[in-house]
Amino acid sequence: MATAQQGILDLLSPIPPGWGGVLLTGAASTITISAGAFLIGLVMGTGGALGKLSGNRPLGLLLAFYTTAIRAVPELILIVGLYYAGMDGLNRLLALLNLPAFELNGFAVAIAVLGFVQGAYMTEVLRGAMLAIPIGQIEAAKAFGMGPRLRFRRIVLPALLPNALPGLANLWMAIMKDSALIAVVGYQELALATRLAGASTKHYFLFFTASAFIYLALTLVSNRLFMLLERRVRRGQPKVAGGLAR
Amino acid sequence: MAELRPQALCVENLHKRFGTQEVLKGVSATARKGDVIAIIGSSGSGKSTFLRCINLLEMPDSGRITVNGEEIGLKPARGGHLQPKSWRQVERIRGGLGMVFQSFNLWAHMTVLENIIEAPVHVLGLSRREAIDKAEALLNKVGLYDKRDAYPAFLSGGQQQRAAIARALCIDPAVMLFDEPTSALDPELVGEVLKVIRGLAEEGRTMLLVTHEMRFARDVSSHVLFLHQGRVEEEGPPHQIFDAPVSARCREFTATLSR
Repeated sequence: MATAQQGILDLLSPIPPGWGGVLLTGAASTITISAGAFLIGLVMGTGGALGKLSGNRPLGLLLAFYTTAIRAVPELILIVGLYYAGMDGLNRLLALLNLPAFELNGFAVAIAVLGFVQGAYMTEVLRGAMLAIPIGQIEAAKAFGMGPRLRFRRIVLPALLPNALPGLANLWMAIMKDSALIAVVGYQELALATRLAGASTKHYFLFFTASAFIYLALTLVSNRLFMLLERRVRRGQPKVAGGLAR
Repeated sequence: MAELRPQALCVENLHKRFGTQEVLKGVSATARKGDVIAIIGSSGSGKSTFLRCINLLEMPDSGRITVNGEEIGLKPARGGHLQPKSWRQVERIRGGLGMVFQSFNLWAHMTVLENIIEAPVHVLGLSRREAIDKAEALLNKVGLYDKRDAYPAFLSGGQQQRAAIARALCIDPAVMLFDEPTSALDPELVGEVLKVIRGLAEEGRTMLLVTHEMRFARDVSSHVLFLHQGRVEEEGPPHQIFDAPVSARCREFTATLSR
């Protein structure tokens, strides 16, 4: 028993030949990819939501195509497709312009592709959150002479956050796991690192359990952070006594 | 002698339709500095729309609006209504019109004090310190100093409306626009808000006041506009409108409300 315990600790040790370091590096990649994709998604989603609500018809159609197409196609196919097609397309374009071919950084592409996908979901979350802002708040901002940018920064953004945060937290939890799909284009994050460790040592169960705990820990910490953030942005709202039910 | 006071607001021949319904059929009004103009009429007479056209929360279909001697540049847009030639100008002019809404419309994510200093700091470019000093003086004036750090949702309707009035005052408006400021309030809270507005009238603020409080309109206003179906049916000093109206409709309206 003691030797088995010893064996587990050795296998999980962060120092090679232990695989703990590989798992933790993978976890760090997972966080970086997710955070990068989440940020790109936020920017695209904000733009998408504003565009959809702008009333500009061509822009609205384009964005409807974006959100529908992206949300219709499985992410795995999108990632493989956008990765290879995107890279191929870019290189063809460069060849046309007589420029040397370009080897894309897998990491950057992974973030860009996931961010592009996240943006489609965020567009809808943020659009809903914007529509839920009482119109009087926006009218007051207009009536006091605030221009569109100032209005967005000072009034719309803080007013939409309480409505958007639960949906955004959902998307964050989803992206942390979806980032595992990046493994198909060869980028090593937590899931791929786990498989590698398992395959090399034949201790699949151990490493998948360890990795499950890492995902769980990331989720718990994220939950806590989103909870604090939500409490902060809801500071102006009274609590519903006894909850919404009855 | 009253005519020597400079003009603060001049609205000429305002037209506005929503779809097929013509809500304003050529409404004009002039406010000289210190005038308190009460705008009365039954619901649907167009009085709120008229007020909201002045700071272009609604785009009029035609007409001219001049604030403090500066006419808002308007040009025809697709869809039959007008649009500003320059949004910059509109934003500047809006910064000189203090609007008080029926439903208060305080920004929910800001405390009372933050609500009041928002436009002075971010629109008019006042320093935070200056704005806070001003805001605190105004909070004293409307009797809300102790609520300065409260969020709007934790205040009563009357307190929210007084905070909204302080917010409008803090931009030093050339004209204050009141859009039925007491209509959303419980009856026992109406008094505290009217008291504040009365105080403003007495210190010579220029105000346009859309209201259903007839007795109050009669007491504080220097001039009354009675709107009926999108037109000024009758206008004049309060004693004329309330005691000796010329128009039958106006007589009917003021009679039902003073009963």
